[in-house]
Amino acid sequence: MSHADLRLPQVQKLGQTSRTDVWWLQPLVVLLGLSAFGVYATWAAFQARDYFYHTGGAHYLSPFYSPLLYGAPHEPRWIDATLPSWWPSWMPFSAAFLILAGPGAMRFTCYYYRGAYYKAFWADPISCSVGEPKFRGEKYRGEYRLPLILQNIHRYVFYPAAAFVIVLFYDAFRAMWFTRPDGNGTEFGVGVGTLVLLLNATLLGGYTFGCHCARHQIGGYLDRMAGRPIRTACYTCVSWLNKRHMGWAWVSLVWVGWSDAYVRLLCKGVFTDFRIF
Amino acid sequence: MAQATFRIWKGQGDSAGFKDFVTDATVGMVVLDAVHQIQAESDPTLACRWNCKAGKCGSCSAEINGNPRLMCMTRLDQLDLTVPVIIEPMKSFPHVRDLVTDVSWNFRVKKAIKPFKPRKPDAPDGTWRIQQQDVERVQEFRKCIECFLCQDVCHVLRDHHKHPEFAGPRHFVYTAALEMHPLDTENRLGQMKDAGGIGYCNITKCCTKVCPEHITITDNAIIPLKERVTDEYYDPITRFFKIFKTNQ
Ligand code: SF4
Ligand code: SF4
Ligand code: FES
Ligand code: FES
Repeated sequence: MSHADLRLPQVQKLGQTSRTDVWWLQPLVVLLGLSAFGVYATWAAFQARDYFYHTGGAHYLSPFYSPLLYGAPHEPRWIDATLPSWWPSWMPFSAAFLILAGPGAMRFTCYYYRGAYYKAFWADPISCSVGEPKFRGEKYRGEYRLPLILQNIHRYVFYPAAAFVIVLFYDAFRAMWFTRPDGNGTEFGVGVGTLVLLLNATLLGGYTFGCHCARHQIGGYLDRMAGRPIRTACYTCVSWLNKRHMGWAWVSLVWVGWSDAYVRLLCKGVFTDFRIF
Repeated sequence: MAQATFRIWKGQGDSAGFKDFVTDATVGMVVLDAVHQIQAESDPTLACRWNCKAGKCGSCSAEINGNPRLMCMTRLDQLDLTVPVIIEPMKSFPHVRDLVTDVSWNFRVKKAIKPFKPRKPDAPDGTWRIQQQDVERVQEFRKCIECFLCQDVCHVLRDHHKHPEFAGPRHFVYTAALEMHPLDTENRLGQMKDAGGIGYCNITKCCTKVCPEHITITDNAIIPLKERVTDEYYDPITRFFKIFKTNQ
């Protein structure tokens, strides 16, 4: 605070610490985990194929491509075209480009991920009570000034992300209906793919609805909640999820990648889907 | 009886440095016991602050093997005694001598935060009525023992020395306790944004990890305050709707 001045020299250099535990392990795991996911998601988005599995009457759509705005006529596309008319012809198109931006922005501005990638990617700080690069020193801006002050946009990113979760539940529901062998209508069924997609929507729901911004907007902004039973119940639920936000964040990240890989491998014929009933 | 080596920061100013002390490590001992034993056996000039030896006064804060901890709550059987145990003073405050630092900056910051301002009493006898449910949220923050370990570990103070512009996690906890109190009518959000520099916190959660009272500093105090600051200063939509809304 301005009336409490205190000036001290920076004592620790980058990576300097008296910690004797494996402090570098956690940032390293975060670095590798997020990088691996980023590389896989980008690769999968550029494929623009093998995202919809319909052999044996199944109806599995990869979450990276959902909602499928543009696609081939036999695919569950939302708009009656294979590609947007305004898309420049020289640029490769994948429906996933339009999709990944939403959940991508959610993760990028998420309070949990922010803390984690500031450490793992920018060494700010690399780990608790471990020294930082000297050059940053007092020039540090944190999230107080541009550019990182823009992280406050997170609350707006929440709403589209919540809509994606609903769409993914719809996809999981669609994956419960298989085209009859004679091609006449659909019948209820559950395959391994159905469970993969249902779990995916559930895990992403657990992550998204445990968001700190959701917690704030559902009731956290109030000082008094007594006498508001519905709000209290919602706030309690969101807080319960929020307490485990880091866990949801990682499990849902891994599972959404796996869901895409599962549909992709089915399409490629690496293995076949097992229909439970 | 097993012996253990303690590598303790000793001295003042530029002449300070590590000095090794060997002493007996018996069952049930904590680091503060070892320091007292060293004072009694080999160096009566070794300075450290302590008071309660029960983890409640917040005086014996230090860095043990690089981790900010209370000396009185760190048992020797939690540490690897086959190598020297490193004990250093906190690094975010001016060093006085040996293990002692001057933490008075924290008290000056605290004084600057707008005090509790309750609404008018609910009953003619000057008392208030509040629901248990509503005070529960701030109860957690009141467990703070002002050990300042969270201030010590926070890189905004420790590495970036933003003391003049940043109040630090301890004071965000204190502010949250007042700001979310069901009776309070004061608004400290402007103070948190500007003089308190809450935007400097990049939510690394180091403060939460070291808190001996297990206060969920980042998730329950800092992030909700950041969200309230966003409501008040950065979010155009909530700023508009605030005209109609009350946060009571
Ligand atoms: S979460 Fe914020 S206040 Fe706590 S240690 Fe990290 S930067 Fe400091
Ligand atoms: S919040 Fe926790 S770590 Fe910080 S001063 Fe209070 S008790 Fe100590
Ligand atoms: S805080 Fe993680 S999604 Fe909002
Ligand atoms: S001596 Fe009181 S907290 Fe350690």
